[in-house]
Amino acid sequence: MMKKVFAKVYIWILLVILYAPLVFIAACSFTESKVLGSWSGFSVKLYRNLLTGNMPGEASLISAVNNTLLIALAAAVLSTLLGTIAAIGIYNLKGRYRKAVIFTNNIPMINPDIITGVSLFLLFVFLHISQGYLTVILAHVTFGTPYVVLSVMPRLQQMNPNIYEAALDLGATPGQALRKVLIPELRPGMVSGFILAFTMSLDDFAVTFFTRGTIGLDTLSTYIYTDARKGGLTPELRPLMTLIFLIILVLLIIINVRKEKQAKKLQYIQK
Amino acid sequence: MSKRSNWSIPYVVFLVLFVVLPLVLVLLYAFQDGMGHFTFKNIGKFFTDRDALSTFAVSVEVALENTAICILLGYPAAWILSNKKYNRSAVTIILFIMPMWINALMRTLATAQLFTMLGITLGKGTLLFGMVYDYLPFMIYPIYNVLNKMDKSYAEAAVDLGATPWKAFWKVTVPLSMPGVMSGVLMVFMPTVSTFAISEFLTNNKIKLFGTIIQENINSSSWNYGAALAFIMLIIIGITSLFQKDKDQAEGALI
Repeated sequence: MMKKVFAKVYIWILLVILYAPLVFIAACSFTESKVLGSWSGFSVKLYRNLLTGNMPGEASLISAVNNTLLIALAAAVLSTLLGTIAAIGIYNLKGRYRKAVIFTNNIPMINPDIITGVSLFLLFVFLHISQGYLTVILAHVTFGTPYVVLSVMPRLQQMNPNIYEAALDLGATPGQALRKVLIPELRPGMVSGFILAFTMSLDDFAVTFFTRGTIGLDTLSTYIYTDARKGGLTPELRPLMTLIFLIILVLLIIINVRKEKQAKKLQYIQK
Repeated sequence: MSKRSNWSIPYVVFLVLFVVLPLVLVLLYAFQDGMGHFTFKNIGKFFTDRDALSTFAVSVEVALENTAICILLGYPAAWILSNKKYNRSAVTIILFIMPMWINALMRTLATAQLFTMLGITLGKGTLLFGMVYDYLPFMIYPIYNVLNKMDKSYAEAAVDLGATPWKAFWKVTVPLSMPGVMSGVLMVFMPTVSTFAISEFLTNNKIKLFGTIIQENINSSSWNYGAALAFIMLIIIGITSLFQKDKDQAEGALI
């Protein structure tokens, strides 16, 4: 009994410390004060500014948010396509060549962001490619695809390889067999790969920093970085972060509650 | 069947172009002077560059301390979370990995502001706290994954055979969970060394970590020296990943 209380208390202390800065931002989003941390009375003005886009001279925050979402979506879609096709190919590879491909696939995951960023920066300089949206998206595909490959591979290993052949034998064209048999089998892996690639892209700072060039392209991360270096954060970032936080929390809880329900259903069926 | 192995070709081309070639370029730039001639000067410069050397030492020290604290705090948390007696809800583990989805720079700035408000001066202590705060979830999650999948009957068998629960924990559970600890170390140590921006925010520009030196050189167009510093970091990554035997378990899906 004592042990149980101790364990619970330990977990909750850690959680309180982990969440203190987030709660702090959320609390400060309800006041107008320009400086983070000072309280000038309750107000929802920052939320109104953010949602109506009515920010004095800070329209670039909106465009940074749009860029972040656009880049993450493009990178995640491309990573999922490339990674799924690659996983099917790698699954059918053998021996040394397979090992070499899997090893190379691991490199972007092990490399710290700054190495990925600097090395891609040198690549674009070397090839004289002017940096902007395209280079940032390519860079994000580089670190996103390995996660898709790693999420899809286990699905292929669990799958019965004969069902694809069976579909072909029963008269399906390779395209139909792919759409009706293979893709549905791989879908859960593709979805979690997509979500991983998407969130990695959203959260990225270092790689974007080195590959965005000098055209003034800003994502949320680089915007915050420049903003903080100038001294003083745009106050509207506070409600923005609070909203993002709530959206992610709700999404994660929904995903996991559904997962648990499905697992329980499955157990019930198996009984 | 053999034809479908061809499906790997687009990705292999992609990997060569965007993973292998860029790393080769780091090597190339690291051993070239501004005119494109081969030289050891850039690497040599690092060993005589006081600023870079001391930053390197500080980075490794902070990273070691951060990794150690993350293990000390994270292992018990992962153990409690994976233990059905103490935790039955998956939501608690979500609460732990959730901060990973919030922009790291924003979280860091909020932490620094919180310290300032509490009247704590920004410096080494706040840097370490901020780093632990940023990286703890990356330590807890892989350990939790391994502990959660582990067959509990091994530890139970040890107790049945006369080991004390404490002994069973140290002799059975801990060794079996080492792959999780190792991938946690990999996800905490190198990223800490290579951090830039975060360390400046947490110390009010007083302490720089190694990543910042690389960034400063690349941004001020001394690409060759920047590449040489990146190359030094690559060597350390090579060494640390040697300790990681089971690479397939390295990340574990985060969802």
